[in-house]
Amino acid sequence: MSLSHAFFAVIRRDLVLALRRRSEIANPLLFFILVITLFPLGIGAQPHLLQAIAPGIIWVSALLAAMLSLDSLFRSDFDDGSLEQILLSPHPTSVLVLAKIIAHWLVTGLPLLVVAPLLAVFLGMPNHALGILLLTLLLGTPVLSLIGAIGVALTVGLRRGGMILSLLVLPLYVPVLIFAGNAVQMAGSGLPVDAQINILISILLMALVLAPLPVASALKMSIN
Amino acid sequence: MFSIPDPVVRFFHRMASPPHFYAFTERLMPWLVVIFLLLTAAGLYGGLYLAPTDYQQGDSYRIIYIHVPSAWMSLFIYVVMAVAGAIGLVWRIKLAEIVAISSAPVGASFTFIALVTGSLWGKPMWGTWWVWDARLTSELILLFLYLGVIGLYGAIDDKRTASRAVAILALVGVVNIPIIHYSVEWWNTLHQGPTVTKMDKPSIHVSMLIPLLLMAVAFKFYYLIAMLQRARTELLLRERNAQWVKAMISESK
Repeated sequence: MSLSHAFFAVIRRDLVLALRRRSEIANPLLFFILVITLFPLGIGAQPHLLQAIAPGIIWVSALLAAMLSLDSLFRSDFDDGSLEQILLSPHPTSVLVLAKIIAHWLVTGLPLLVVAPLLAVFLGMPNHALGILLLTLLLGTPVLSLIGAIGVALTVGLRRGGMILSLLVLPLYVPVLIFAGNAVQMAGSGLPVDAQINILISILLMALVLAPLPVASALKMSIN
Repeated sequence: MFSIPDPVVRFFHRMASPPHFYAFTERLMPWLVVIFLLLTAAGLYGGLYLAPTDYQQGDSYRIIYIHVPSAWMSLFIYVVMAVAGAIGLVWRIKLAEIVAISSAPVGASFTFIALVTGSLWGKPMWGTWWVWDARLTSELILLFLYLGVIGLYGAIDDKRTASRAVAILALVGVVNIPIIHYSVEWWNTLHQGPTVTKMDKPSIHVSMLIPLLLMAVAFKFYYLIAMLQRARTELLLRERNAQWVKAMISESK
């Protein structure tokens, strides 16, 4: 089997598995919606305040939802041993791992894009900022999956990896949060956001190239 | 082709062997302590007595002699940790792994000191304990990165595996620190309200600079002392079944 065959086979397999266990798709999405609903309840329904902090709320919630969904990335494969098969295959681990991360993003990251406009309207975000919000989510959430994969790969062998995972991953999410949140904020005030978008693109490209390498070596470490 | 002189290679080979490392650091330790004490005494004397009072900030600027060297050390130690981790990862040298993990708590302490002194300095300068200043914020994130390293090491039972995990994490962190730092700096310039007066970094007078540099070198020695002490303990713990540890203990009885 050639490398590209193996790559797409891994994506296909993970997508099929996810479709058979739909709660894995629904849980991060519901969490995302719930957290955003909690903010107006906690702060008070003041339209101006909510509108001002809407980009931050949406992005912080996306960060938390992405982090919560991370555990499912390698967990079941680690438990049933298919992760070892991936590591033993003749293809480079980092490429196959990238396929797994892409499949995971399609299942947990992409749905956030679908509900984000609705939630933005809940929070009173101006309509002209919606496009930028979607664009930042499109560029930013894959980065969250890629960086998060490093953290999961390091902790997948641990029984109680959950708490330590947030400590490992959240500080590394800071740049994405800053640029994405700021881009949406600026777009809301009608300012140009090319710089932020370009930086997000470059962060995404860097993460695509670099992140699978530590993920692969961390998985090898976790397995033995 | 550049080649490393033989005595240097031999030194590193000897240092990679636990008994040699243990004996060598034991002999080295008193010297390090003496140098550290001398440098600290000179630096503090220069900084607290000889250096003139700042015309803008009065005497409160003198916290710089703790704050700035700690902040420097916090980054320096992270890089040392990543380099030692990488050496351990590539060549499987046990001592490099031990140096990497022994550096983490020392680095975290320096980061914490930098944060606390920064906040103490901020009170008279900015009128509040905490502002989301770019440097303070990136120090805070650096502290989280250190805590992640320490937490990960503690969470994995097998210490050789834990060392490899820590090395990978430290390397990821080292790639990310510049990105985090510059993004925080960029964020700060946009969010910083006009109420916070950002002072231009004053060009520092030489009578203030010399004690600062002395303190910076003194802190490097302190790091060496603290890190080596931790490394020695860690080494004994990991090698407790080795012949040389048993021999050493039975000798000292």
